[in-house]
Amino acid sequence: MKAWLALEDGAFFEGRGFGAEGEVTGEVVFNTSLTGYQEILTDPSYKGQIVTMTYPHIGNCGINAQDEESRQPWVEGFVIKELSPVVSNFRSEMSLDAYMKKHNKIGIQGIDTRKLVRVLRDQGAQKGVLSTVDGDRKRLVSKAKESPGLVGMDLVKEVTCREPYELGQDLSEGYSWGLPQIRTRYKIAAIDSGIKFNILRKLKQHGLDTTVYPASTSAAEILKGNPSGVFLSNGPGDPASVPYMVETVRELIGKVPIFGICFGHQILGQALGGVTSKLKFGHRGGNHPVMDLRTEKIEITSQNHGFVVDIDSLQGGEVELTHINLNDKTLEGLRHKKHPLFSVQYHPENSPGPHDSDYLFERFYRLIEEPERV
Amino acid sequence: MPKRTDIKKILIIGSGPIIIGQGCEFDYSGTQACKALREEGYEVVLINSNPATIMTDPDTASRTYIEPLLLPYLEHVIAKEKPDACLPTMGGQTGLNLTVEAYEKGIFEKYGVELIGAKYEAIKKAEDRGKFHAAMTKIGLDLPRGEFAYSVEEATQIAERLSYPVVVRPSFTLGGSGSGICYNREELEKTALMGLEYSIVHEVLIEESILGWKEYELEVMRDVKDNFVVICSIENLDAMGVHTGDSITVAPAQTLTDKEYQMMRDAARKVISEIGVETGGSNIQFAVNPKTGRMVVIEMNPRVSRSSALASKATGFPIAKFAAKLAVGYTLDEISNDITKYTPASFEPSIDYCVVKIPRFAFEKFEGVDSKLSTQMKSVGEAMSIGRTFKEALQKGLRSLEIRRFGLGGDGRDKVCGHILKTREEYRRFFEEASKDKEWIRRIGTAIATPREDRIFHLKYAYQVGMTTEEIHRMSYVDPWFLEQIRQIVDLENELLKTSIQKVSPELLRQAKEYGFSDVQLAFFWGEKEGAVRALREKQGVEAVFKLVDTCAGEFKAYTPYYYSTYEEEDEAIPGDREKVMILGGGPNRIGQGIEFDYCCVHAAFALKELGFETIMVNSNPETVSTDYDTSDKLFFEPLTLEDVLSIYRKQKPIGVIIQLGGQTPLNLAAALEANGVKILGTPVKAVDVAEDRDKFKKLLQKINLRQPNNGISTNIEEACEIAKKITYPVVIRPSYVLGGRAMEIVYDEEQLLKYMTHAVDASDEHPVLIDKFLENAIEIDVDLISDGETSVVGAVMEHIEEAGIHSGDSASVIPPYSISKDMTEEIVTRTKDIARALGVIGLMNVQYAIHRGELYCLEVNPRGSRTVPFVSKTIGVPLAKLAAKVMVGKKLPELGFDKEVYVPYVAVKESVFPFVKFPGVDIILSPEMRSTGEVMGIDQDFPRAFYKSQDAASAHIPNDGKVFISVKNGDKDNVVPVAKKLAEMGYPIVATRGTAEVLRKNGIEAELVLKIAEGRPNVGDLIRNREIKLVVNTPSGKGSVLDEAKIRSLAVSFNIPCITTLSAARAATLGLEAVRGKGLNVAAIQDYHALLANNCVNPTTH
Repeated sequence: MKAWLALEDGAFFEGRGFGAEGEVTGEVVFNTSLTGYQEILTDPSYKGQIVTMTYPHIGNCGINAQDEESRQPWVEGFVIKELSPVVSNFRSEMSLDAYMKKHNKIGIQGIDTRKLVRVLRDQGAQKGVLSTVDGDRKRLVSKAKESPGLVGMDLVKEVTCREPYELGQDLSEGYSWGLPQIRTRYKIAAIDSGIKFNILRKLKQHGLDTTVYPASTSAAEILKGNPSGVFLSNGPGDPASVPYMVETVRELIGKVPIFGICFGHQILGQALGGVTSKLKFGHRGGNHPVMDLRTEKIEITSQNHGFVVDIDSLQGGEVELTHINLNDKTLEGLRHKKHPLFSVQYHPENSPGPHDSDYLFERFYRLIEEPERV
Repeated sequence: MPKRTDIKKILIIGSGPIIIGQGCEFDYSGTQACKALREEGYEVVLINSNPATIMTDPDTASRTYIEPLLLPYLEHVIAKEKPDACLPTMGGQTGLNLTVEAYEKGIFEKYGVELIGAKYEAIKKAEDRGKFHAAMTKIGLDLPRGEFAYSVEEATQIAERLSYPVVVRPSFTLGGSGSGICYNREELEKTALMGLEYSIVHEVLIEESILGWKEYELEVMRDVKDNFVVICSIENLDAMGVHTGDSITVAPAQTLTDKEYQMMRDAARKVISEIGVETGGSNIQFAVNPKTGRMVVIEMNPRVSRSSALASKATGFPIAKFAAKLAVGYTLDEISNDITKYTPASFEPSIDYCVVKIPRFAFEKFEGVDSKLSTQMKSVGEAMSIGRTFKEALQKGLRSLEIRRFGLGGDGRDKVCGHILKTREEYRRFFEEASKDKEWIRRIGTAIATPREDRIFHLKYAYQVGMTTEEIHRMSYVDPWFLEQIRQIVDLENELLKTSIQKVSPELLRQAKEYGFSDVQLAFFWGEKEGAVRALREKQGVEAVFKLVDTCAGEFKAYTPYYYSTYEEEDEAIPGDREKVMILGGGPNRIGQGIEFDYCCVHAAFALKELGFETIMVNSNPETVSTDYDTSDKLFFEPLTLEDVLSIYRKQKPIGVIIQLGGQTPLNLAAALEANGVKILGTPVKAVDVAEDRDKFKKLLQKINLRQPNNGISTNIEEACEIAKKITYPVVIRPSYVLGGRAMEIVYDEEQLLKYMTHAVDASDEHPVLIDKFLENAIEIDVDLISDGETSVVGAVMEHIEEAGIHSGDSASVIPPYSISKDMTEEIVTRTKDIARALGVIGLMNVQYAIHRGELYCLEVNPRGSRTVPFVSKTIGVPLAKLAAKVMVGKKLPELGFDKEVYVPYVAVKESVFPFVKFPGVDIILSPEMRSTGEVMGIDQDFPRAFYKSQDAASAHIPNDGKVFISVKNGDKDNVVPVAKKLAEMGYPIVATRGTAEVLRKNGIEAELVLKIAEGRPNVGDLIRNREIKLVVNTPSGKGSVLDEAKIRSLAVSFNIPCITTLSAARAATLGLEAVRGKGLNVAAIQDYHALLANNCVNPTTH
């Protein structure tokens, strides 16, 4: 089965299809992680995106229930160099190809993915079309141009939960690492803009029992549950397109300890008066160095974001910049000097990626224990 | 944190000679460290006995001591230089062991030297298996169960508790010496005994067998602020049970999910923190049970290693350079990534290709050795290859190995369990029939169950006779992921076999290239010539493109031009406007072709850079300095085959190619390259032919009136016998066009000749055998010369210690000659220049002569850089290879300031180092077949002292006291008397077997009589085992491991007792002892020796 990928700037690739058949549009991005394709596929933050893996051999370990980051894959399409002919891992339950078919996701393999990455690096993230049904270059390129893209798109509503739920439902056991903490447990609320399972697992492991709320839930509704803290999750799309979430968070500030990750960080940044903008091609991978400005220690972080809180938009106020990306010096973390809140742009819950930033969950727990010790 | 300013002078300990388990990767890392520290303004003092290295070049360190890596010498160097700190992590296990010894003797404390990079406690914790076990247990990591034994009895008791099979691992050895898997008590007793002997602390670990588990390695770095990064993950294709150095390894890891990989990463972080490596790189090995995922820690090296060199080359991340910077206090974020320039070193490389490393073995050199791969490393080198997929990288790697293979079989060289398949018809028919033949299936099954050097091919044959992935996995333990990749290669091959060069579709042709098939393989499948396939590809536009190795999978723009080829759309190696010169490297290290040639290639790159050329390096050896991305302007990490070299040449369009510095590998390509329109720089290609073609060579020598031993050439047995009879026995016989004296033998009678002829054909099938009169007891001379086509200068005349007939690469050689007359030296110089002129040499040339009864005979001419070029260059203080590269692009020697011979007022001795300890039972006598893996240099004011040092450096330390065992062949009995006399005078008690003892006693030398091994007990073997004998002098009367004397020799090797096998070496050794006993040791930096030359302290050799 042939498949084609076209970008809005005219770039065109012909390869072989895998997974489902059909045609999708989305923003074409790349991820440099060597491992963790399953977690990437199922990360709701990839809603609206066609994801390219830079590592050529994908599918080697198949798919297993423990490594799911949500109930389904969210990527619009998946672009790889070569699909593994076999699955080799003691935990595997299904091949990647079968999984993609099951969830009606289109994949393309056999293209020069490095060339694609070079195009994205030079031109910036592009709108694109992935098709197994139409091989006409001109037509595909114009479809790519006409596709909506991500800017201004509220994709949160596509991925957020419909009803509040308690942690535990829908959550597979996971391939746990680190020891569960035996100590006083607190109840917290999480605003779900596309929350990953491993965030829930990490919260639980650190002694936080979570109720997950739909993204449109009002501050009052959340506070009604009397949570000890509020967690703001990762999520897809343009953070500037969800003013209702910014409003909710603004109302929560000062009333309850807050911890935000990725999209949650961008929402919090806006609630604190900052502005978000789009990076040229984003940060997606498991190897980005981030420095904790207080300790000057470096974390190798898991990242997945195309937007960023402008570092200059928060200067000088009551917000302290706590983390910085050493590659491009963009903002990676902040805290408030008076209110009990902090957030990071990257993914301390990893999955995929290194575990270096696990301490942030501990920091959230401590903040809940002693909110006055900001 | 900024760099430390409280230290100014740093001592780096090198790794010494190239041996199995310690290759030239430490030249690469040591050179990087020296450069990095000097860049930071530190003064660097280096001690290393290996002259063939870039790190011992006078420009690399500030002060370079080419001295033995032994405590007394180290102490002298420290006393003289008074360094503030010592960086012990760059010199492999040798460097670490010497550091531990020096620390325990209080040397560092005495002179106030601080250990940086790794502290003593950290080294001990990682290296001492007991401490390591305790440390891992403390941090909650799982290990294979095991206990320590200090005797064979203890070992067997532990084994019974654990149940067989068990693994024996001696503490403190390198390359896994003395370790092994034991399936029963008998095997255990043998292995444990040997292991206890090898371990310097007489300790072995008896461990549960995790045979068949998946094996992984992580290369990690840590800085003083506890920042931690993983540079590379590596997964072994060969499961646990094969030493990682002997395994085919793949980067990155292929069959771990992110969860499992991150757990391994967490474990690695805990390990490096607990062991306490505060700054620098480490290598941590893990095993994973493929069925349950149980992960255990195997070992940790608190230093740079072979794997870290591989990881550096695989990712573009220079581990050793950064380790050196971390050691002086920098943190990772303070160092910038050279490749991306704008991002810091504190990140984890991501790669968008697959890397395969394949070990290179040399079993053919060691008759009777067990070629089964096990936990003791046996390979002598390695090739690395890069492809966008594993399939491509694997096939490229196999054709990089210099074993005359062109991919994973299907190249006309297949040997299925010894059965040769030369033609496409044979090949097709064989697999068709074998797949129906139970016996063949059984034999192939056995071949894949036993790891050997050619198992990778048999994994493919197993598919070709119809075995399934599951069956193959069950027998070989190779992970199904790798196997399925091989199956894909087989499937595509079957498609290719069905088509023809006329019918093949462009899509299939392209897919074949994407799968890494070479033109040679495709030509084989289609019954065509390689050139026809290339022509077809060019016509259809199926040509290689070049991608960058950039540490970041394309995320950032890369500034270092480090490339590999693949078959895809975009080409990133856009040639610039500068004039380019391409240098072909030497490929993987093997016996006969070692680091010396890499040294020459690196010098060429440096020299041409100086002249403003853009240099292009092509090589496939990850251990080398030549494959460091900042050695040349462009690096192509590629196999050295006609196809691969042409692809680069045609894209880059250099003004020419240098082929004479990379040893035999590029030289063998010369004619084919030239035939394809490649401009070869320097000596014309036809000179190679003249030198190697017997008839042409004979005519050349006749023309310049130079004698050569009587000789003849033969293609069959009858002819060979006739020639031998005519020129009279003994004769030297060998196949043509080989390096390192492969299959070269001295033959004394017809019986021996017939035996030889039956197996020599295999050694080199396309070429006839050469037969020369063997000149007995002749002095052998080696000469290196450089010529610009007009002026020729001899670099040095070297006299061998061992007589002619022993391979020049295995002999000790001396500059200046120590026993020949001045007139003879002059004649040699003149004659060598005559040869150079007649051949039209532009660049380097090496000539070997024999002096027999006062007459000079020319034995061999090699119109290329030789193995001795670095030794000569270091001795005379002139970088010959650099000059050679310059003359090849048209410079003249007078303008380069080198137009006359340099005579040194000191003496340098090069000694060879052998891998016999890795091949128990192999006879160690020297022969025309080269078997040494490396070399050392001893330099001092006179011959005896220089020789003594060379022996010390080669780990053949001549003991100061103790019994000397002497047993010599009849022809040597009279001549051994003066040697024995001198030894007796110096107070060594002499022990001898009957024949020798009688002669000695007759000459008034007291000699204790001892039985030969076959004569009963107690015999000489018992004395060796009991370590009563401290030195063995044994000249062989014959060759072969069945002989009594051979047993004595190999026993001596096993028990680490120096064994001298030629009378000339024994003589030199006694001279050395005498000299050192008189005045003691002294050390001096190579820069000081060279200063003597600069001060015109010219002292032409006299004797």
